[in-house]
This record gives sequence, C-alpha cells and structure tokens, in this order.
Amino acid sequence: MIHLVGPYVVAALLVGIGVMGVLARRNAVLLLIGVELILSGALLLLVTSGAASPSRWEASSVLPLFVITIAAAEVVVALAVILAVFRHGGSIDLDAPTPGADEADGPGVDG
Amino acid sequence: MTSLDLAFAACGLVAVAGGLLAVTTRQVVHAALWLVVALLGVAGCVLVLGHELVALVLVLIYIGAIVVLVLFALMLTRAPIGPDRTHAVPAWRRVGAALAGAATAALLLAALVPLAGGFGGAAVARRDTSTQAVATELFGTWVWPFEALSVLLLAALVAALAVSRGRHNQVERVDGAGQPGQPGQAGTVDSRAMPRFAGPPADRDARGEPNPGDAQ
Repeated sequence: MIHLVGPYVVAALLVGIGVMGVLARRNAVLLLIGVELILSGALLLLVTSGAASPSRWEASSVLPLFVITIAAAEVVVALAVILAVFRHGGSIDLDAPTPGADEADGPGVDG
Repeated sequence: MTSLDLAFAACGLVAVAGGLLAVTTRQVVHAALWLVVALLGVAGCVLVLGHELVALVLVLIYIGAIVVLVLFALMLTRAPIGPDRTHAVPAWRRVGAALAGAATAALLLAALVPLAGGFGGAAVARRDTSTQAVATELFGTWVWPFEALSVLLLAALVAALAVSRGRHNQVERVDGAGQPGQPGQAGTVDSRAMPRFAGPPADRDARGEPNPGDAQ
C-alpha cells in the first residue's frame, strides 16, 4: 500500500529544481544538469502512472526506457555542440555574446 | 504512513536534496557529482514504485554514461577545480531563478495533488510489474519505436562525431579564405567564418596576446 501523493510531490519538486538550475546557470554544461533533473521528474511521473493501476501495453515501464534513451542521445549531441562552441570561441558562457560576434574586435583576428 | 511510504519518502528526500545541491553549488565538478546523488534517489523512488527494470536502466545509463559524459565535458572545457568564478551569477538572478522554479513546482503541485486525492487520500495497492511482461511488450507492441530509437542513437552518434570533429574543414577554409582579406567589411565577414583559435590549445589561454596560430 502506498500513497500516490508522494511521487507527485517529488516529481513536481524535481521539475521545479530543474527549472531553477536552467535559469540560474551560466556554464553551458551545468545547464544540462537542470535539463536532466526536469527529465527525471517527468520519468518519475510516467512510472507513477503505472504504479497503482494496470497500464496498457506496460507503457509505464516502456516509455521511461524510451525517455532515458532519448535523453542520452540529447546529451551526446548537446555536449558535442558545447565542445564545438568552446573550440570556436574559447568560452561556454551563456551570457556572453555569440561566439562569432566578439571576434570582430578581438586580438586574434588578422586584419 | 505505510512502510512503502517511508521508503519512498527517504528516496525522495535524497533525490530532492541532491538536485537542490546540484543546481546551487558553485563548484562545477561537485554539481555533476550531486547529480549522481539525485539520480540515485530517483532510481530508489522508481524501485519503491515497483519498476525494477527502469531503476536499473536509470542507474546504468544516467549515472554510468551521462554523468561520466558530463564530467568529461567539464574537463574538456577546462572547468576550474575550485569555485567557478568566471561563471558567477549575481544574487538577484539566483533569487529570480529560485522564484521561477518554486512557481513551476507550485503549478505542478496544484495540478497533480488533486489527482491523488489530496494529501489525505487513501493508500492504494502497489501493482507488481513483472520484467517478463515488460520484455514481451517491448519486443512485441513497442518493437517499431524501439527500432526507431536505435536509429536515433546512431544518428546522435554520427552527429556528435561530425559536430565535434569539424576542425579540418575550418582550418582549410582559413587557408583559402583568409589570404585575400581586405581590411574593410570583408575582414569582418571572414572573421565570423573563421575559428578564433586555429593554433594549438595552449593559445586559448592567451586571450590578451596576438594569437600565433592564426598566422598560418
């Protein structure tokens, strides 16, 4: 026997913490941590939907597996983009102007 | 309060506390490590809810793969060991982010708690999810989404390689397009298409000096 209000509260808090992390961070890699927390909150909700009542086609187990897979693919591509930006502009600061824009008056440009 | 409620409360507390520390700590490597704690808490919650396979996959893929990848990315982007002073945010921004997060959590709570019958709702019997039934459905009903996800992973692999190994093309473009550069507007156009650091990685630290790598 379990009260279903507990999973709902934890999932809502995880999503709120993730939103806070996404908004507060300036480091692009640490922004992904907030995204992961939001996704884990959604995953907890999906699992909760099948914890008490029978879920058709076992969707409460299969859909979280798909969410984990898609999150892995998303993180791989996002980190590749972040590394490319770091190589291009030397910074992963999200508040900085776009990595190409600050080069016009930068010292490394020949011209 | 049943015993499952107590177990879930413990795991949920670990998850929420770990997540809160992961988004508020100033040390970048600690943030990734607190994410491990938060995800272990979530895996414990899923285990208490009776989905063992999801909990195991969560530990294996999220903690085993994704967090290690985030740590690698932190190292490759030269994350400082101590507090991250270059990416420090002002206090008003932290407060604003906390308010937005609290508002999101309150909105979700207002929508979800009535679904469970409020805080004084009745306890329900936990359903046992058998891994065999999950496997049967995964390779029966869900087999085409499963195959599509395989293609998605392959596409992500190729895309990550293509995005992160774009240097050879860029260096060639610098050699070809950088020579007839005029000091006028053509220079600014070229500078946008040109990587700033074409030299060895040690040049990246010398922000204030002319970059010898661009002269090639």
